[in-house]
Amino acid sequence: MTTTAINTKKMTMIQGVRDAMHEMLKEHDDVMILGEDVGVNGGVFRATEGLYEEFGEDRVIDTPISESGIIGNSIGLAVNGFRPIAEMQFLGFIYPAFNQLMTHATRLRQRSMGRFTVPLVVRAPYGAGVRAPEIHSDSVEALFTQMPGIKVVVPSNAYDAKGLLIASIDDPDPVLFLEPMRCYRSSRTEVPDGKYNVEIGKASVLKEGDDISVFTWGAMVIDTMKAVEKLEAKKNVSCEVIDLRTLYPLDKETIAASVQKTGRAAIIHEAPATGGVSNDVISLINDTSFLYLRAPIQRVAGFDTPVPVYSLEQEYLPSTEKIQTAILHAVDF
Amino acid sequence: MSEPKHEALGLERDQLLSMFKTMLTARKIDERMWLLNRAGKIPFVISCQGQEAAQIGAVTALNTEEDYILPYYRDLGMVLHFGMTIQDLMMSGFARSEDPNSGGRQMPGHFGSKKHRIVTGSSPVTTQVPHAVGFALAGKIKRENFICLTSFGEGSANQGDFHEAANFAGVHDLPVIFLCENNKYAISVPVDRQLSCERVSDRAQGYGMPGETVDGNDPLAVYEVVKKAAERAREGSGPSLIETVSYRLTAHSSDDDDRSYRGREEVEEARQKDGIVTFAKYLKEHDLLSEDEEKDMHNSIQKEIDKATDLAESAAYAEVETTFNHVYDA
Repeated sequence: MTTTAINTKKMTMIQGVRDAMHEMLKEHDDVMILGEDVGVNGGVFRATEGLYEEFGEDRVIDTPISESGIIGNSIGLAVNGFRPIAEMQFLGFIYPAFNQLMTHATRLRQRSMGRFTVPLVVRAPYGAGVRAPEIHSDSVEALFTQMPGIKVVVPSNAYDAKGLLIASIDDPDPVLFLEPMRCYRSSRTEVPDGKYNVEIGKASVLKEGDDISVFTWGAMVIDTMKAVEKLEAKKNVSCEVIDLRTLYPLDKETIAASVQKTGRAAIIHEAPATGGVSNDVISLINDTSFLYLRAPIQRVAGFDTPVPVYSLEQEYLPSTEKIQTAILHAVDF
Repeated sequence: MSEPKHEALGLERDQLLSMFKTMLTARKIDERMWLLNRAGKIPFVISCQGQEAAQIGAVTALNTEEDYILPYYRDLGMVLHFGMTIQDLMMSGFARSEDPNSGGRQMPGHFGSKKHRIVTGSSPVTTQVPHAVGFALAGKIKRENFICLTSFGEGSANQGDFHEAANFAGVHDLPVIFLCENNKYAISVPVDRQLSCERVSDRAQGYGMPGETVDGNDPLAVYEVVKKAAERAREGSGPSLIETVSYRLTAHSSDDDDRSYRGREEVEEARQKDGIVTFAKYLKEHDLLSEDEEKDMHNSIQKEIDKATDLAESAAYAEVETTFNHVYDA
């Protein structure tokens, strides 16, 4: 982390997201925003509130409902010198644009031997637990971690959101910036004024501990912290909680060092278990730290089903109880 | 006798001969690629044959020092006009490291060269079309004066990306020319099974731009409409949709056998209208090209192709170590 800022303000994660874009639009003429309802309306979650008024219609563009067009356009803008931030209204609406990401945004650099590049950020609210309708709750980050050429970033608080979004906009490659909707207004953290970076590819140790390393990201940080707090209050167990923050590239050093210290690991994510990013974390632990393990690695994830609607979504999501059970299973193994 | 068409368009003899030479070069490179493929020397060919007249007519109306093209995989003629060489294209056909498009990483026909103002494309059809729109939007914001021409087959006119791109360009009056090279087949599916309207250009109205259909075998007719569209784009009046109608003279690709879905008579009939044949006739009728000059042109192109083939065949593949290059910046 580097910072030159002094003053801080307490803000929600959505305000941190907005603050990052405001800062970058103000400082850099080549930064611009495209998306549905991002202009006059200020974004359906208010992420772009006031930016259209301040920076004008050439910098904050209301697009037709046309996700493939938004990403395709942004690729053209990026190739011709801009750094577009494209908003998908929900991650579940990115599917029509998958082709543009998979066949172009992530490959133009290699295909052109570095001559054409795509410094694009795709922002997308995602995840379950806010009583949204079908598709709006999807947590499909793993579709993108298996897409060479893009980085996948997930903040869980305002400080990380601002610093990571600035780093993503400054990154010379495409970044998928996932914004867990449950975190948008669930907490406030101190956020410095001005520009600072949270480095992409670096996990954050939220809480140190000795007996087990619990890896998580996005809105599951909320439930994991709650589960660990309660568990530690009633049992003699010490948990280390790590917010991965970047899902590609994974922070190999931090993950390995933590597991080598605690000898146990649990991974918590709301995406379906099969093909989830937890599998990559398990592989990483296997490759780096197998002989340090004192118990099988635990995993608490969503079911292999579409995310159910609000009436059932609490059953789908990893609960504090499920997280506690998994931790104890490893510790008592 | 009325004024010959090229005079009405203000095209001089040397321009016309250069157009013809580029058309012929594209055709001959393509023919060589098929021979090399059938001899087992290169893995794949996707042809320009039958569309050279439309391609060259269109790009002749552009400024190669200022404008950009976002072509599709059949646009061998276009990229030659924009400065790619026979050798470049042979290196690409053989997938050699010296292939300037992608260092031997892409299929042949997937053109891209920053220095030639050709924005790189990919295999899924139509995906280059929204890029042209974003690229043009960037130019408009930066107050640059270039125009973008993006081309695609009539099959692509049915993809969402075409409609999303055309709509956005229409909303923002962007300097884009949408050039649909209608060759009458999407692999095996004929036009009447592809289009719910009579002409692709009919769709222009829905996106607030002029649409025109023109004989794709006549490079002068294509030049005329593209020139008009280019002027319109340059003066800030927005995009145009142009449909050139010609015929795909080969199978879809070297992996396709078109005998299962179209008769030989149909192909033979199209060959009579082939732009390479009819434009040569036009030039001769107007005393712009003699039999000897035509023969010399054939010979000199053929020699260059032979030389480039030998060079490419003996060139090296990319080094294994380069597999990891350029996936990310660092």
